[in-house]
Amino acid sequence: MTSADDFAVRVQSLSRSFRGTQALIDVSLQIPRGSVFGLVGLNGAGKTTLIQHVIGSLKALHGSVNVLGQDPTIRPEKLLARIGYMTEEDSLPKWMRIRDLISFCRTVYPTWSDSYATQLCDMFGLSTTAKLKSLSKGGRARVALLAAIAHRPELLILDEPSSGLDPIARADILEAIIRTVADEGRTVLFSSHLLEEIDRVCDHIALLHDGVLLESIPAATLPERYTECFYRTETPSSRAPEIPGSFGGTGDASEWSVLIDSENEASLSTTTSIESHGSRWELVRQEPATVHRWFAGRVQRKPTASSTPMEGVQHV
Amino acid sequence: MLIQIQSGSQPIYQQIVDQIRFRILSAQLKAGDELPTIRGLAETLKVNPNTIARAYRELEHEGLVEKRRTTGTFVAESSGTLSRTRRRQILTPEIDKLLVLAGHLGADAAELDELIASRQQALQRKE
Repeated sequence: MTSADDFAVRVQSLSRSFRGTQALIDVSLQIPRGSVFGLVGLNGAGKTTLIQHVIGSLKALHGSVNVLGQDPTIRPEKLLARIGYMTEEDSLPKWMRIRDLISFCRTVYPTWSDSYATQLCDMFGLSTTAKLKSLSKGGRARVALLAAIAHRPELLILDEPSSGLDPIARADILEAIIRTVADEGRTVLFSSHLLEEIDRVCDHIALLHDGVLLESIPAATLPERYTECFYRTETPSSRAPEIPGSFGGTGDASEWSVLIDSENEASLSTTTSIESHGSRWELVRQEPATVHRWFAGRVQRKPTASSTPMEGVQHV
Repeated sequence: MLIQIQSGSQPIYQQIVDQIRFRILSAQLKAGDELPTIRGLAETLKVNPNTIARAYRELEHEGLVEKRRTTGTFVAESSGTLSRTRRRQILTPEIDKLLVLAGHLGADAAELDELIASRQQALQRKE
């Protein structure tokens, strides 16, 4: 049995639509305390809408959201003091000096640490007298990061923090994530479409696609569960071989790769040679699926009618 | 420790294991040397601490490193002398790759033997 306290965030059957467009459809997920939880998905998949529910800026109309043991829309100030939040947008007031922002944060967060803030300023090469508008985009992102972590939040939420930033600024963000989680019990929710970053820092990966949570999986088990199998055929084909329990076919002519889900009961364990749409296919190679391959396979557009041949197959 | 992580190839913990193992077996890391702390290495590499812990566990399982309670992780005293079984486990997949490639290229066993011997001489000359 796991108690409610094992999870920093619990989302239950959350749905949301904006002007008739469904942004989230029956999303349920749980974020274990002390983990780095990666939320991946294409642009417009619903990641930000989900995060807005978690920080209480949107109220759950259908379904429920519980964050650090409370409904984020009831007494949000109580919750926000325990959360650090950073988004891709340059949302901080540009006329402020860094030291003014730090004074402001000190009044908002009871656990604010001036010494940690000073340490972060040194680390990021920020001068407290500098105005935000005088900084580069990377500099402002570092200020936003400082404002999100110097009170050592129990839950750090980063919504596409790295978009459009240089590699050094992105590395600073990743390091902040690692520091946060290395302190016992603190949790990070990290949304990104930079899969390389997700792969590095996350314990758990959830994939949101067109408002639907397609999968939520511990990162370490992903390459064990999914295998990429490469097939060859003598007769060039315009579609991947049909293999039970497989998905995400990609390739062309005589070489195709598919993903096999070892937990799908339909999947065959040792498929070395198969017959599919009139051709014989030989398995030439197989390897554990990478996060990139799994993501591409999962978000691939499915053929509309099951019986029609996949003309103009999506190459991912 | 400068470890290179490449995305989109092998699992990250495996890349860490391979690179630390190489350092130990090639004596760049010697018996008794201390490995970075899990947290320290996680921060340097920007990799989840659990991934580092998993890599260290794997190296411990291989007998290359040992955990000393409260102090940290150290290169094992016996690390230079892996058991015959372990040596084979590590070498086999590499040899398989070589054999498959040689097969595709049409190199037979005799040619391969000859090449291995000549490369061994070349490497010894360098040392």
